[in-house]
Amino acid sequence: MKTWDNIAKIAHEVNDAKLSAVDLVSESLSLINMAKEFDAIISLTEDRALERAKLIDEGVKSGKNMGRLAGVPFIAKDNFLTYGGETTAASNILKGFNAPFQASAIEKLEAEGAIVVAKANLDAFAHGASTENSDFMTTKNPHDKTRVPGGSSGGSAASVVLGLAPFSIGTDTGGSIRQPAAFSGCVGLKPTYGLVSRSGVVAMASSTDCIGPLTRTVGEASLILDVMSGRDPLDSTTIEKDSLSYIDLDSSLEGKKIGLVKEYFDDSLNSDIKDSIDELIAKLKTAGAEIVDVSLPILPSALAVYYILCPAEVSSNLSRYDGQRFGYTYDKAKDLNESYAESRARGFGKEAKRRIIIGTYVLSSGYYDAYYKKAQLVRTKIVNDFEKAFKSVDFLLGPVAPTQAFKIGEKSNDPLAMYLSDVLTVAPNLAGIPAITIPIGMKNDLPVAVQLMAAQKQDRSLLGAARKVEELVK
Amino acid sequence: MVKISKEEILKLANLAQLKLSSEEINEFSEEISSILDYVSHLDKIDVEGLEPTYQVSGLKNVTRSDEKIDYDIDKNQLMSNLPDSQDGQIKVKRMIG
Repeated sequence: MKTWDNIAKIAHEVNDAKLSAVDLVSESLSLINMAKEFDAIISLTEDRALERAKLIDEGVKSGKNMGRLAGVPFIAKDNFLTYGGETTAASNILKGFNAPFQASAIEKLEAEGAIVVAKANLDAFAHGASTENSDFMTTKNPHDKTRVPGGSSGGSAASVVLGLAPFSIGTDTGGSIRQPAAFSGCVGLKPTYGLVSRSGVVAMASSTDCIGPLTRTVGEASLILDVMSGRDPLDSTTIEKDSLSYIDLDSSLEGKKIGLVKEYFDDSLNSDIKDSIDELIAKLKTAGAEIVDVSLPILPSALAVYYILCPAEVSSNLSRYDGQRFGYTYDKAKDLNESYAESRARGFGKEAKRRIIIGTYVLSSGYYDAYYKKAQLVRTKIVNDFEKAFKSVDFLLGPVAPTQAFKIGEKSNDPLAMYLSDVLTVAPNLAGIPAITIPIGMKNDLPVAVQLMAAQKQDRSLLGAARKVEELVK
Repeated sequence: MVKISKEEILKLANLAQLKLSSEEINEFSEEISSILDYVSHLDKIDVEGLEPTYQVSGLKNVTRSDEKIDYDIDKNQLMSNLPDSQDGQIKVKRMIG
């Protein structure tokens, strides 16, 4: 496994002409080729990446500063629209699709000199917790090839842990950055809703979709967030970034209150994870943090709310894939209606179809009030419970998932069991608050991680605290 | 226990312009029934006096000036994604029988 230097250092050395962007990109591409057995990558953006690297090296030669991420290769989940190759969202219906514009997040990273080298595997349309719902392949966990890397950003997480590039980016609608970061063993940040533009990202559930970095360290996640965040006229739900930026963090926990979410430590939690978190709690106390128990009684209902709202929004967002304007089309149809129905039948995988049907059901007249509206009402309770909790504590702490990485095939035939993998990650999405996964050690030769949450727009202080956690477990 | 019949699944699939195989209809009827059963406990939660939350950005009425923006998107590249076209237009199968 390659160990890359810290991202800021790489960029610094590229700007000083001590490192060449072309060499960095070539190295990343060759590492990707050597790690094919893990099925983390769907496609390369090789030609464009090398061209851009050349431009960066030439810029440096002519005396220009090429940005805070100059020459740093990275891997984007394949639901980010990018130039230089196809964007498929790991779905057959988007096979062959060449994006006519790039995601705003990608544009911002490129503006600082970063270079997309490849597109990472995911559960098709980000529907899943293991990458087993990818229409193309299942990514293997970097620590144990018989296990899943988590999902849906499983390819992104595995890429970082395998060292294929210094960082990757992913999307988190109900845990899809944090859970694979925990299963594979890297840092994964889901920022406050709206902090990173969703423009040019294949939409899943628009009211909870978030974009964030997967990195080896908290400091690097901060840098990437700092580059990607902020208002974007192409996404009207975006918010201003913190005026103090997300770097140069205050990581002191002296006098800070951390709440242990009671509902997250029930009997279903794996005892190895619980033990590791207990060890961390002792260290947090030594670091000056005050640890208190906090109860959010509504949390056990968050998953039910999510699995009504998410399919509802999915069924609406997937209606644009009609086989007429891009992607797969069934060309033997006799008329337009048959073309829609057959193109969608052949282009969508089973999970997309399942969510379309559930979503259509909960939104249909007669059931709308009982399911969709009721879920939005309970969502208000979740928002309120978090607001109340953050009046008395600075951060909330809990596990990321009830178990460590599970076996490939273990849950793939039981959709409800797979949905339950998200039980500890969905609530922050419903409330729009930031949350981060930080690896805290290894148990049974697999990573163990913790999840730290903060109030909306407190991303800066969350990253500071996360940095301390990282320091304490070193 | 909420039970979704095969007929209902078929009706929903038609609403969503999605053809399902008979095997998928059988599977979904079972699975979706158990998923809806799982979410049904929300019935018991008291939400008296609460307003629904449709979005969490805290933003209201985000507007922009009513001006044309040039996104600099290459029309030929857009067209290259079309499954079928004629004279620069999207070509679809016949709509009326």
